[in-house]
Amino acid sequence: MTVIDTQPPKANLNPLNWLKKNLFNNWYNTILTIISLLFIVWIFYSFINWAIPPAECLTKDNAPRICANYADWNAVTENMRLFFVGYYPEELLWRTWASFKIIVALSGFSWGIFSASSTLFNRATIIVLSVLGASYLTILFSVGFESQQYLVATLFIFAITTLIGKKLGTNLPDLKLWLPLVWFFNFFLVLWLLQGGLFLESVGLDNLSGIILTFLAAIVSIVLCFPFGILLALGRQSHLPIIRWLSTIYIEIIRGLPLIGILFMAQVMLPLVLPPDLRLSRVVRAIAGFTIFASAYLAENVRGGLQSVPRGQSEAAKALGLNGPLVLALIVLPQALRAVIPSIVGQFISLFKDTSLLAIVGLVDLLGISQSILLGNPEYNGRSVEIYLFVGFIYWICCYSMSLASRNLEK
Amino acid sequence: MSFWRNAKVLGIAAQVVVILLVIAILAFFGDNLIYNFQLRGLSFGFDFLQDSASFPIGTSLIDYDPSNSYLRAIIVGLLNSLIVMVVGIIVATILGVAIGIGRLSDNWLVKQIATVYIEIFRNTPLLLQLFFWYSIFLQLPTSKDPIVIPGSIFLSNQGLFFPWPAFDPVTWLALTLIILSIISAPILWRRRKLAIELTKSSPDNLPLRDRKEQLTILLITAIAVPLIVFFVLDWQFPNFDRDLGLIAGGANLSLEITTLIFGLAIYTGAFIAEVVRAGITSVSKGQWEAARSLGLKANLVMQLIIFPQALRVMIPPLTSEYLNLAKNSSLATAIGYPDIYSISFNISEQTGRSLEILLIVMASYLSVNLIISVAMNLFNKQVQIKER
Amino acid sequence: MKKIKLLTKYSSLLLIIGVLTFLGACRSRETQSTNSPSTVQTNNSRLNIIKERGKLICGVSGKLPGFSFVNQNGEYSGLDVDICRAVAAALFDDPTKVEFRNVSIQERFNALKTGEIDLLSRNATWTLSRDTDVGLEFAPVVFYDGQGMMVAKDSGISKLEDLRGRTICVKTGTTTLQNLADKMRKIDVAYTPLAIGDEDQLYNAFLQGRCQAITSDRSQLVGRRSNFPDPEDSVILDLILSKEPLAPAVVPGDPQWIDAVRWTVFALIQAEEFEITSENLGSFASTTDPTIKRFLGQEGSLGKNMGLTNDFAARIVKHVGNYGEIYDRNIGKPFDLDRNLNQTWSDGGLLYSPPFR
Repeated sequence: MTVIDTQPPKANLNPLNWLKKNLFNNWYNTILTIISLLFIVWIFYSFINWAIPPAECLTKDNAPRICANYADWNAVTENMRLFFVGYYPEELLWRTWASFKIIVALSGFSWGIFSASSTLFNRATIIVLSVLGASYLTILFSVGFESQQYLVATLFIFAITTLIGKKLGTNLPDLKLWLPLVWFFNFFLVLWLLQGGLFLESVGLDNLSGIILTFLAAIVSIVLCFPFGILLALGRQSHLPIIRWLSTIYIEIIRGLPLIGILFMAQVMLPLVLPPDLRLSRVVRAIAGFTIFASAYLAENVRGGLQSVPRGQSEAAKALGLNGPLVLALIVLPQALRAVIPSIVGQFISLFKDTSLLAIVGLVDLLGISQSILLGNPEYNGRSVEIYLFVGFIYWICCYSMSLASRNLEK
Repeated sequence: MSFWRNAKVLGIAAQVVVILLVIAILAFFGDNLIYNFQLRGLSFGFDFLQDSASFPIGTSLIDYDPSNSYLRAIIVGLLNSLIVMVVGIIVATILGVAIGIGRLSDNWLVKQIATVYIEIFRNTPLLLQLFFWYSIFLQLPTSKDPIVIPGSIFLSNQGLFFPWPAFDPVTWLALTLIILSIISAPILWRRRKLAIELTKSSPDNLPLRDRKEQLTILLITAIAVPLIVFFVLDWQFPNFDRDLGLIAGGANLSLEITTLIFGLAIYTGAFIAEVVRAGITSVSKGQWEAARSLGLKANLVMQLIIFPQALRVMIPPLTSEYLNLAKNSSLATAIGYPDIYSISFNISEQTGRSLEILLIVMASYLSVNLIISVAMNLFNKQVQIKER
Repeated sequence: MKKIKLLTKYSSLLLIIGVLTFLGACRSRETQSTNSPSTVQTNNSRLNIIKERGKLICGVSGKLPGFSFVNQNGEYSGLDVDICRAVAAALFDDPTKVEFRNVSIQERFNALKTGEIDLLSRNATWTLSRDTDVGLEFAPVVFYDGQGMMVAKDSGISKLEDLRGRTICVKTGTTTLQNLADKMRKIDVAYTPLAIGDEDQLYNAFLQGRCQAITSDRSQLVGRRSNFPDPEDSVILDLILSKEPLAPAVVPGDPQWIDAVRWTVFALIQAEEFEITSENLGSFASTTDPTIKRFLGQEGSLGKNMGLTNDFAARIVKHVGNYGEIYDRNIGKPFDLDRNLNQTWSDGGLLYSPPFR
């Protein structure tokens, strides 16, 4: 039998035809196109007009009053340190740099190892890297000279560790399996570096602020909500009625409440239901709140995955003589989780965004710090658009690269 | 088979263990709670709800003044939340459907704009967006120099002032009439269509008497409603005192509620757009082609063939977006809109009854969510394929 | 099979880590519980907990210039902050042994009640219901304030009646909100409150003209105005809506700890009455005045009986100065605010310390 090529013939895509086909194929599309064009031009024109101030506004002192109508990006560049490390003591800043470099090095290393069997650059990594790289460059050009040096050095570290990872990964293919463990220990290393204690001057968990706090809260709650979420999902799927009811009640109640209420509950109620001598720090309580919240949602996602695994799979595994927990751990869960990777990533993204609520419960995360720069300092008062755009840009980069990565994982 | 490998026994044992564990945890928490309450001299009870609230609330749908009870203050907050949820859901749905269809448009430019919109607003935190919009809206002209829109509408950073009928008996009567006619119009229209279908003919072949009667009723309502709206209702126009820089009268949407609804709608709209897109793409392409080949126009295919089918897929995720919007409305507290959350926590601050207040707030949100879920489930049943 | 092997390897490793962290946690809980209030009945004052911890944890606002303000380098300054430092000085002879925590309006009382902070020095108004319903114990008043009203200079508003139909910015969860309601009900003026919890946002709303007036404690208005881009554009009306005695607070039922805080504040006031300052403290080493000798701990054992050292007052003055110095440093000089009620009784004010005897 011959294979019939079912692909449609490639359209002749010269620009004019393309325009005609995609923009002006009938009268209302033409109108739509014109309206959209006008809209885009208007947005771009007013944005550029605002974002690039005239020369006389670039001097710091005695800028004319008209400059209030233009952007003043100094409000962003002068506060770069606050955005990233918050109120971290200035003399201990090397610890934040060290943590950053360790994380970058390990990321490069992991990337190298993971692409040992294939090429370093494929469509997915190129897209994610270019998004991250563009933002890295933006930040690189808006910080002081000293930080620039560090940032460039970090880039080199990244490149070198990637190559090392690639080399090692080719020689020791088993290394891949131990990476999660390395990351696990790395987390505590970085936490120790940032927080202090044990040979290092203590900074304290509650004194972390800025993007450090955002990432800390997001990562820890994401990791912690995983086991709870899976347990709850299994519980809800269980054939044992009591376990099923309890899991269902928990999931449905938590999913019915606003996160801000749960965060407040974690701040106020948690100390009330714990023994008086057990005093959790505020960051830990906030993380507990996020975990309580996110595990209910994760459970629902995982449940969807569990339902998608055919019964035959577990029956076959049981027939082979595996016991219950092993069937779950080796056969059912891996398939279930793989099926719901997109929705789990989606949930991580929303959890990452939700960490901005820390600003309401009195912790100074990325959004909180932008508020305190903006409103607490007369110099930057009224520069809200610049600062919110920048902070939004950071959130967007993180969330968008996560969703890009997950979309490519799907493929 | 050994006793311990019996699945039934194991199952019961596991449940007993879990129950004991849960009871132990709850007992531990409860014990600590009681101990901590004693330690801090706190008490538990809801009798404080009858006390006078003694604080003012900026926006209220029902009469409220500071001498009213805490309970009433909470109800004011609940109503304030509900109005944001309802209006927010409506606006977000309209926006989301529009953007979602735009995302699938065959116009390249429209598709790109919709994509950019979705990617921007889905990937930044709602709270940040609310702060952003609020800071932008704050830069509207102050009340000294508002933007005047013809028809006595004033826009300033106090909010939007617009004409509104006074609430006297005439208004109530007129409103009832309008609502009645709005309800009766589609019923009449449907009866007319049914009659046409029964006679299997065009409207012209209907018995003349029927045709006339129905059309006259429809026509009368169509004329009467605008007449009532414009002349019978006692419109209160806002007026602007330039010397004092004060806008008074009419109705107003405060800047905070505007920001909140706007921000919630923009944010949720992006998610709804994705739901709509996924719903429409889930309808197989053959449906579209078959309908087109029957000679239906593109917009009719969308309206009659694709959308009804897509709706079935869309409703469950749409429900969860609506629930999210309802829950997210609690961010009102960040921009100073007196919703149930912010009013409750003001009360908790005044009275020190944090546990009671927390329970009240949670119960309110849970019931609102329950109502939305039940309503959407009913709707879902309506649109599902009726299997006979 | 390989998968299973790896799984067992992983789980055993995790198990070991888990056990280790659990042991670690147990140990740290043990050390904690030795100084917990529940286990040691005789030693259950917070004073002892703080002493063993080696630092005081003080809840402040961090956003109120003049009272407690944290600058970009994370340094705190202000009157509330200095009260905390004075307590730390009394306890440890070192004013830096204090950890400041920013607590928001919403959580300030809870932070205190849950034991997260030892002392709340966040210009809270002392009221009866806060003493009873909310359940706090207030130390002596450190600042006699009154609620004021600030408007834009060109608004033409000069009295409360002018606020008819206007929007007034006010903080949620404070007595300010209730005072405003009471006052406006009395004179029957309709207005729209805009209640926001975050101070920064509140003052921003006023600056942007969202509300035509803002009401708060006068001292706060003054402090905040100094931070405006154009302080001259706003005026504080010459009226007082309410009495606002601002005082530090602690959890009730702990006489030893409240005494320590109480007498620290009194020591600041008494030192000013004696005209002892941080600069001339040395010259009092050889004083013959028995009351001053007792005050500075050169005679008697006033401090010891309270669980502090005898020279606690001298320590306070040495490190943070007397009340007058604190006031001048934080409020008098920067904002040019008269002391009015906040003078010692001998100068016609309300500050009056019971005798140190």
